[in-house]
This record gives sequence, C-alpha cells and structure tokens, in this order.
Amino acid sequence: MKYTGNAIKYGDNVDTDVIIPARYLNTSDHAELASHCMEDIDKTFVNRVKSGDIMAAGQNFGCGSSREHAPIAIKASGISLVIAKSFARIFYRNAINIGLAIVECPEAAEGISEGDVVEADLDNGIIRNITTGKEYTTAPFPEFIQKIIANGGLMDSIAKGVIE
Amino acid sequence: MGMTMTQKILAAHAGLDSVQAGQLILAELDLVLGNDITSPVAIKEFAKLNKSEVFDKDKVTMVMDHFAPNKDIKAAEQCKMCRDFCGEHNVTHFYDVGKMGIEHALLPEKGLVSAGFCVIGADSHTCTYGALGAFSTGVGSTDMACGMAVGKAWFKVPSAIKFNLTGKLRKYVSGKDVILHIIGMIGVDGALYRSMEFTGEGLSSLSMADRLCIANMAIEAGAKNGIFEVDDITLDYIREHGGAEPVIYKADDDAEYDEVINIDLSAVEPTVAFPHLPENARTFDQIGDIKIDQVVIGSCTNGRLEDLQAAAEIMKGRKCAENVRVIVIPATQQIYLDAMEQGLLKIFIESGAVVSTPTCGPCLGGYMGILAAGERAVTTTNRNFVGRMGHVESEVYLASPEVAAASALTGKITSPLEVMES
Repeated sequence: MKYTGNAIKYGDNVDTDVIIPARYLNTSDHAELASHCMEDIDKTFVNRVKSGDIMAAGQNFGCGSSREHAPIAIKASGISLVIAKSFARIFYRNAINIGLAIVECPEAAEGISEGDVVEADLDNGIIRNITTGKEYTTAPFPEFIQKIIANGGLMDSIAKGVIE
Repeated sequence: MGMTMTQKILAAHAGLDSVQAGQLILAELDLVLGNDITSPVAIKEFAKLNKSEVFDKDKVTMVMDHFAPNKDIKAAEQCKMCRDFCGEHNVTHFYDVGKMGIEHALLPEKGLVSAGFCVIGADSHTCTYGALGAFSTGVGSTDMACGMAVGKAWFKVPSAIKFNLTGKLRKYVSGKDVILHIIGMIGVDGALYRSMEFTGEGLSSLSMADRLCIANMAIEAGAKNGIFEVDDITLDYIREHGGAEPVIYKADDDAEYDEVINIDLSAVEPTVAFPHLPENARTFDQIGDIKIDQVVIGSCTNGRLEDLQAAAEIMKGRKCAENVRVIVIPATQQIYLDAMEQGLLKIFIESGAVVSTPTCGPCLGGYMGILAAGERAVTTTNRNFVGRMGHVESEVYLASPEVAAASALTGKITSPLEVMES
C-alpha cells in the first residue's frame, strides 16, 4: 500500500476525546463523526483536511477511550495514514480493524512538519518526506494486516473471505 | 521461563502450556461486553458476518449506561438498537434502565466475572475486572463484534510491570490516591501495551472497592490490563456475589517482569490529578487555593458503596459551599438502594448535593453535569482530558471521594485531612 499526502501535525497524547468528543457519540454515522473530527484541539482541521492527507503525531496517539468512532472519524475525514511515535493500544487495534493505515515510526513522526509532502510505502516499510528529502525505514506490515487494511477492515475482510 | 498472572490466564485460554511476551495468540473468551455507545457500531459490524446467533447467549452482555436514561433522540435510537439486538439474539444479560448500572460496577456485583476469566469489553475501563484476578481488557467495537460471533479474540501476550504493595493506607486515603500516585510516577504511557500486576503483603489492607478503582485506571497508564493477585478478600467477594467458581493463577516465582515498583501504601497521600492528563498528579503541598464550581462523586472508578460511605462520612451534618454544584451518582441500582437504606442519600441531600440515577453521564461530557467555559470541577472520575466534561476551556481535577467531598464543603480543592482534623 502506498500513500502520498500533505502532513497535518499534532503533538503527544492526542486522546480520543479530542479526536471525537463524547457529545457526538450519540451517532455512529461516519460522515457526521468526520464533521467533528479533532474539533476540540483544532477547529480548522475539518475545513482544511483533504482526501489523502497524512496525520503525524507524537507519543501515545489515541489514548483514552475505546471508542472506535475515533479512527472512524479520522478515516472518514479523508486521512489516508497516521504516523506517530507511538499509539495507545486500543486505538492501534481499532485502526487496523476498521482499515485505517497507521504506522509507528518515531524518527519520521519527529521529522515531519505541518504541510510537508509525505510518501509512504508500508509494504516495504519506507516513509519519505518529499519536502525535506529525508527517508525513514519502519517494519513492513505483516501480510494479514496489509490484507485487512486493503479490504476496508477486519469484518469486510472476513466477509469477503480474504482472511479466515 | 516463568509466566506472569496475565500470561498464565492467556495461555490457559489459548489452550497452550506456556506463552511468552510478544507471542500472538487466539484466546477463548468467558465474557464479551458492550455499552450503548460502542454496541451499535459492533451490531453493524456483526451484521456483515450474516450470523444468526451470538456464540453464547450467556456470555455476551450489553449495559445501557453511557447516555441512559436516554439523553436525547439519537441516544434513544442507539439504546433501541441494542435492545432489539439482544431481544433477537436472546442475550441473557441485557441491562436496561431499572436494572442497569455503570457497567464496571455492575458486572462484578452481578457475579458475571470471576477469577481466571478472560474478558473483552468495548469500553476502555474493562480492565476493572483485573481486581477479581481476571484478564480483562478494553477493545473496540469490531473486536466486540468478532467476540460476539466466535467467542474468541487475538492478543499479543504482554510483558508486565509488577507493583509490590506494602504497608496500609491511612485514614481518608483510598485506592484512587494510590492509582493517581502511580500514574503520576510512570506517566500516561508508562505501562503502554503491558500488564500492571499488583501483589505484596499490602494487598490484605485493600478493600475490593480500592482494588476495582486501581485496576479501573490501569488504562490511564496505557496498560493492556491491570490485575490483582487473588486472596481471601477476592474469594469472599466472588462468593458473596454468586460468581462462577474461581480459578486462581499465581505468577511463577521466576516470572520475568520488565520492572518491579515498590509502593508503600502508608506513605500515599491524598492526590489530585490536574488538567489535562491523569499523570499530572499533585499532593496537597503542591496545590494551593483552587476555587471550584462543581463536584462529581460517581463513575465506574468511584461510584461504589464504599466511595459513597467515605464521602458521606465527611459531608455528614455539613453544608456544601455556596455556588458549588455537587452531583452524587451511585453506580448501580443496588448501590443506590444500599445508600438509601444506610441513610447516605439523606446526608448528601441535606448537605445540598443532588443524587442522580446511575449513569456515566458527566464523566465523559455526555449530560447530567456539563461544564461551561472557564469552570472547574473536582471529580472522582478517571479522565481530565481537554473538554472531557464539557467546554474545551473547562477544567477537570481527578480525586478520591474523600477529596471530592471535602472540596464540596469548602468550594476549593481541599484535603479531607484538613476538614476532618480541624
């Protein structure tokens, strides 16, 4: 899987309450969740995010609640990939389960600034910051995770018989 | 190489003699939990599998607690979706208004979790049941859907930090102070992906309410699970609540831990976590004068009978400060009833507090006590993130029921020792 987009950058400990505040959890509609994504730390996000953009962040991204609405909101907003120094464990699981590509790469997360053009080839574990010319390597996704993400999430992959 | 408590439970549920940290396993589940926020997403995912039944109607449970009694039309629709699903699939343990309580107080009370269980729940505070010697962890809705369908979940076997507890808590210091102290020490990702295992001679002085509170906030240190070694206090609790026959897993003597942290319970002081992370823990020598607008005593962390008793002892015969809204939320119907019979509700109401039906409500900024811009609350809940309880410019200070009660009386963040010993 290859991704190219402009980076939107956040700091450490971005929690699921700011990714999608609980006051909007009375719905599971993807477009509605996306319309409030990141609202409590960045009111400009929903207006400036473009399809394919890449989110970069610091440590413990997605900490807090187990709400799957958080990766759903990010994915539905158009973000193609999240690169962070580290992820909270429930968020990590949820992102893969719903088919949102995420990758842990502290060096890349550190070296990416707001607005940089970033290219990632996760099958081969390579992240390039086109703007700065720097290249980073990361562990490639195992094949079954590549399949889950390529097929839109765990349940769709099971339903399609891609994984058992 | 020896195994930790968590590793032993996971090995047994994966049908393996032994497992080691980092290994991927498929484990059998004893219970799959969801609430009114996470279950609707899981129900939609479950539908993709075209399965007519859940794997075991007695091992799936849904609790309507977050936005119930329904806060608005959308919340009502979500609860209806859960109600319809549980009806169609004959789910035995469906808890609706009248029977429900806050899930992590309710399930142990109903005897649905026992020592040695392997539990997943689509709620991050599912780690609470580690207090009963179970492996229990929060997952998302898709994992819940898969769990409901096949009764299994995959896990990466975690390594662990061992917390060796010694000594005994002082009066007016409780489990909440212990866990805030620990998170302050190791940080909000201090136990990321790992288990927090609690053991040591200090355990014998910790009540089940203290242990449930401590295990509940393991996720606030990033942990996969928190778990307590099983002793007579655990066994008595499980027996009293009609839980399944406990299976006790003790860590091997040569179990490998990433780290061993010693905690002297007698040295733990009343502790408050400042905005906007649970790791911003401070003791009263570092607090000063902080005026507050609201107090919440409740939640899956601290809405148990012992918590209400501790708050009532401090509030008895005293009045809440002017201009402070004090909201008490018993976590389950049984706790509500016990608190009523013990006269605790009368104490709260006479002091100027309100008493609510069980609900997660304000903890996650749902309803029943939302904060305006610039307002501050001292609460016994578990998270103080930006906007957690309302406006993004409001502030949440996490504390024990004892600190919350003392603060309700003075209108500023106050140590219970100051109120009770003056």
